[in-house]
This record gives sequence, structure tokens and C-alpha cells, in this order.
Amino acid sequence: MTISDLIIGDKAIITNFIVDEIPLKLIEMGCIEGNHVELIQNAPLKDPLYLNVNGTFLAIRRETASQISVEKI
Amino acid sequence: MSNLLKVALIGNPNTGKTSLFNTLTGLNQKVGNYPGITVDKKTGTCKLSETISASLIDLPGTYSLNASSEDENIAVKVLSDTTNENYPDIIVVVAEVENLKRNLLLFTQVKDLGLPTILVINMQDIMLAKGITIDVAALEQELHTKIVLLSSKKNSGVTALKDAILEYKSVSLKPCELCNTSVLDSSTLNEKQQQHKKTVQRYQFIKRILDKHYSVKITRSEGFRAKLDTVITHKIFGYLIFFIILFSIFQALFSWSEYPMDLIDNAFALFSDWTKTNLPDGAFTRLISEGIIPGIGGIVIFIPQIAFLFLFLSILEESGYMSRVVFLMDKIMRKFGLSGKSVVPLISGTACAIPAIMAARNIENWKERLITILVTPFTTCSARLPVYAIIISLVIPKGSLFLGLSNHALVLMALYILGFAAAILSAYILNKIVKVDTKSYFVIEMPNYKLPLFKNVAYNVLDKTKAFVFGAGKIILAVSILLWVLASYGPGEQFANAENQISTENVHLDDDLLNAKIAAYKLEHSYIGIFGKFIEPTIKPLGYDWKIGIALITSFAAREVFVGTLATIYSVGSDDESTLKEKMKREVHSATLKPVFDFPTGISLLLFYAFAMQCMSTVAIVKRETNGWKWPLIQMFGMTIFAYLIAMLAYQILK
Repeated sequence: MTISDLIIGDKAIITNFIVDEIPLKLIEMGCIEGNHVELIQNAPLKDPLYLNVNGTFLAIRRETASQISVEKI
Repeated sequence: MSNLLKVALIGNPNTGKTSLFNTLTGLNQKVGNYPGITVDKKTGTCKLSETISASLIDLPGTYSLNASSEDENIAVKVLSDTTNENYPDIIVVVAEVENLKRNLLLFTQVKDLGLPTILVINMQDIMLAKGITIDVAALEQELHTKIVLLSSKKNSGVTALKDAILEYKSVSLKPCELCNTSVLDSSTLNEKQQQHKKTVQRYQFIKRILDKHYSVKITRSEGFRAKLDTVITHKIFGYLIFFIILFSIFQALFSWSEYPMDLIDNAFALFSDWTKTNLPDGAFTRLISEGIIPGIGGIVIFIPQIAFLFLFLSILEESGYMSRVVFLMDKIMRKFGLSGKSVVPLISGTACAIPAIMAARNIENWKERLITILVTPFTTCSARLPVYAIIISLVIPKGSLFLGLSNHALVLMALYILGFAAAILSAYILNKIVKVDTKSYFVIEMPNYKLPLFKNVAYNVLDKTKAFVFGAGKIILAVSILLWVLASYGPGEQFANAENQISTENVHLDDDLLNAKIAAYKLEHSYIGIFGKFIEPTIKPLGYDWKIGIALITSFAAREVFVGTLATIYSVGSDDESTLKEKMKREVHSATLKPVFDFPTGISLLLFYAFAMQCMSTVAIVKRETNGWKWPLIQMFGMTIFAYLIAMLAYQILK
């Protein structure tokens, strides 16, 4: 599953993503394999997604979120 | 100078870096530009001890030194090029205690540069409340650095920081010891994959040391933030709150700035009159009273509105609300080829298109950024306001036809809506036409809500207003002087003999009327009059005479010059000190004796200024931001032709 499959309140661990498909800034903000991610909220129309990645609160689009594989905890 | 240390401040956005800079430098700071680019360069000085001072540079907020944006590029250039004039002796990395993990990523990168690096941890007085403990001494050892804890609320730590800077020679230059877990050959990886790998290594290192020396006892739930977020980003209330805030800002903007603006207008009229009566008569006095003073008045009158607008914008930014708006608007904006982040340029555009277009840099996707840049000048900037204000008060009858709102306010609001509508619709069209293949990248940090610090907001308002007034001011002043000269002198017999000719033709007239007639005749035959007449045929279908034509041309320098030009044209040679509005009201077509500024001409002018790209500086900034002349030229001609056609249509229907 990917981040885009999470529902609000879900916590997960980032397992895998293709480096070239996601912005470097997201990696620098802590989106790397093994780190935690939590879906805080969806914007109206379910896009973008409001996440807590490794302690940083940020928003990304569903398109990017669907590139990042996670494992629910 | 040996007793001036160069210090660079760097840190993630929202860490209180600029706050610290303001505390250290106070009013000894200035905002300039880096050569060749338009990112604000903030520098200042600070006394460290009796004999030693520091010159500080506040680098743009950045998450890393990987140089994927222009802001990061600057940081890299300043910090790694030893020949750079800003190359520092000491680097101060400002980090925030709550998100130390992410902040340390930048620190480890900076540390690798091999300069003395001091780490400032901004506690924001929440450390105790959140049960965070740090083993500072151990952390100092692991990171080979000096750590200073800072509390902006209690104002503590600043002295400790100054001392640390003074003793910079004792700070170790050793880089952080990243664990080189994978010694695999990385030559097969592309640049981004290498950066990813390096970032992973850095985070592993940071996690290792923070696990040992940093602990959070109780994770106090993010209750306040969460509650506020559910309301502010709610699918109905979210938008409602946003529009109420926008509406209140505009309402406040106009009602609050009306009084100071009137005051300024009258003060300049009085001052101009005073110079005329108290200085010795001559060309120089007339240049001052008829050229320079009205010209400067035309700039000064903006200050209240611009200051208020920047005040509101920086409160929205500082409080963390702006990020929520971006989050809320992204999906909708994307339908028009824009990004949620285009909201910031579009709102800032109501102050000035130049900082707004620069704000578009935060948009990762090039196509979305390009479209944002192209449509932003449609939003009603403050330079249009004086033009709108004077024309509305001339041609729109006073009174109230709707909901108790004054007609003047309603028309103004309609013009704002028109500007936004033009921006959104042209974005929609551009989105269909422009073919650029880019990935849809979008990342935005959602910072904590916080009460804006008065000092930060005040400095921001001061900086931006100053930059605007002096930036636009130079152009306007130059144009006013040039105009006065062109309007006061003319070629040939007709101009020189104006007095004789008019006096002999009109012997029966009294002095006042005679003087007015001479003045008008002179203006018509001055250099500028001849030029205005030359272009009159092209603007006649829009309902403009040659005087408006002159103002149209000069206001390409900056829209507000329109008012200044008319002020200059109408006060040239006439001796009464009545305000510009009254002069414009009295202005009639010489042939028909009908007022020049009647309803159809007024509406036509309003529409022309709503759509035309009347701003040299915007063209220049678009050229710089898009790296070439292609887009600014397309934008300028597109907007101006559209404006011409709409204004003509309106005039022909209404007349």
C-alpha cells in the first residue's frame, strides 16, 4: 500500500519509493525509508494530503503520495 | 578590518532565524539584492564587545544545501565561495528544538564546509512545557560544535551567542562523522540518487546521536493545532473563513487608509502653493512646485495603503495561516493550471506584482510557476489604486445602491474581482496552450500556529514599504521632472508667442481667464502636447484626449505615474492650488465644452488600467524570472492588446 491509501489517523512506516519520482525536498524533510508517517487530514476533494512525516508537518499531492510505499502499524 | 567579524545566519524556515537577526542588529540592518538575482539580501551590524563588531548576513530560510532552488543556491554560493564578498568567518545555524532532527540535517551539511560553525537551538520557551531534555555537553562533543540555547521570549542566550561568536577560534572544524554504512560504488547513481543516499546517511547519524542525548518525556498532544486545523481546513468553514479574512482585509485597507491619504493629498497641494509664494519666481521654483512636489506627492500618497497591505500579509504568513490556505486551495487552483502556492503571489499581487512574482519561486512545478508569473499582473496592485480612486470619484455618482455599501466601494470591489477573474481565466487558457512537460511536485511545510511577533511584522512592513517607495519613487521622480520640462518648453513660434497671440485675440477677457487660456495654449504647443496630439488618433476610439494620451504613455513606467502626470499637466502654468480632482472635474473638451472625464471615458480608463501591463518593473522582473524576453513580451502585448480592445468596446457601447 502507499500513503494515498491511508485514512485519517493512520500511522505507517515508509518502506520504499523511487527516488526520481519524488521531490528531493520531501526526502530532506525526512521522507526516507524506515521513518514514520501519519495522515493528519485530507484537503477538500481529498487532495492534497496533510501528513506528519518524521515529526515534520507537511502537505503533498495525492499523485506524489501514491509513489511512496508504506506499511501500516 | 580585523575587528569586524563576518557572520552568516542560516536555518530552516520558521525557526526564528529572522527574529534572532532582528534582535542582534536592531535598526542597523538593510535589505539589498544579491548581484544578478532578486532574492532579498539582509545584512546588518552588531556590537559583540567594546572593540569588536560583527557584520551579519541573514541567508534565506532553507532545508538543505543541495541547491535545488535559487534560495539554496545563494546559501551555497555565500558559504562555499571564498572569493564571495559575503564569505563568512563564522556560520551560525539556527535550529528549533521541537524539530531538531530535521534542523540538524542542514547543520551537518553546513558543518562539512569546514568553517567555524555554532549551533543555536531556539527553545521558543516550549522545551519545559513539552518535557524535552537535551544533553548539551554531549551533543556539543558529538557534533564538534558550540551550542547556544536561545529563548526569544525571555531574551536570554543572546549574550551567550555573542560570546560564542567572539571565541569562534576554539570551535572545532572537524566535520560530523557520518557512518559510512554502504561503501558501495555510487558512481552508477545519478545526482539526485546520490543526494538521497547522503541524506539517509545524515539522518542515520542524527538519529543515533539524538537517541542518546535528546528525549521527549511526554508527547503533549498537538491538541490546539489539531483543533484549529479541523476548522481552518474544513471543506466549508475553511473557505468561508478565508473569504471573510480577505474581505475584511480589503475593507480595512480602504477605510483605514482613506484619512491619511486625504491628509497627504492636501498637504502636498498646500506645500506646492507655499513654495510658489515664498521662493523667488523663476524656472527653478516652477520646476519644484509644479514638477517635483506633485511628483513626490504621487508616491507618498501610497504609503498608508502599501504599509497596511504588507502588515496583513506578514501577519498571515507569520501566524502559519497562509500554509493552510495553500493546502485548501491547491486542488481548485490546479484545475486552472495553477498551484495552491499561487495563492500567495495572487494575494501579494494586490500590493505589488514584483514581490508577488518573486514569491512564485516557491512553486516547484515549472509550468504552474510560469502561468502564475504570467497572470499575476492582472491582480489589482496598489499602483492601480490611485488611478482607480481618482477616476471613480470623478465618474461614479456618490450614494448607495446596494446593501448600504457606497457606490465607490462597490465599483472598486468589482475592479478587484475583475482582476482576479482575468487572472484565473487567462490561467485556464494558458494551461491549455502552454506545453511544458514537468512533474507535478508540491511540498509545503505546515508550520505550527503562532502569534506573530510584533517586531518581525514591523520590520517586514518597514522593509517592504521602503523598498517600494524608493524603488518606484526614483522612476516617478525622474518622469515628473522630464514631463515638466517637456510640458514647459516647446518648439517654434507658436509656443514663444503664446502670450501675445492670445492677448490680442481676447482683449475683452479678464486676467484670470486670459492666463488660463494662455496656459492651455502653451501646453498644447509644448513638446509633450505635440507628442500627445500625435498619438491622439489611436486612443480616440477609447474616448481619450491627447492629455490622457500623455499620461498613458508616461504611466508605462509605473501605473501611478498616470495621476502624477495629470497633476503635472494640469498644474503647469496655472496658479491655483485646488486639488487634482477638482481640476480634472473642470476639464472640458475645447471643441464641445463637454467634460473630458465623463462616464464612458471613465469606465474605459478603468478597464484599460485593469488589464494593461503598464509597468516597466514588472516586465523586467518577468524577464529575469523566466530567463528571456519571450514570456515578458508575450505577456505585455497580450495584456495591452486585450486592454485596448475591452476599453474601446466599453466606450463605444456607453457613449
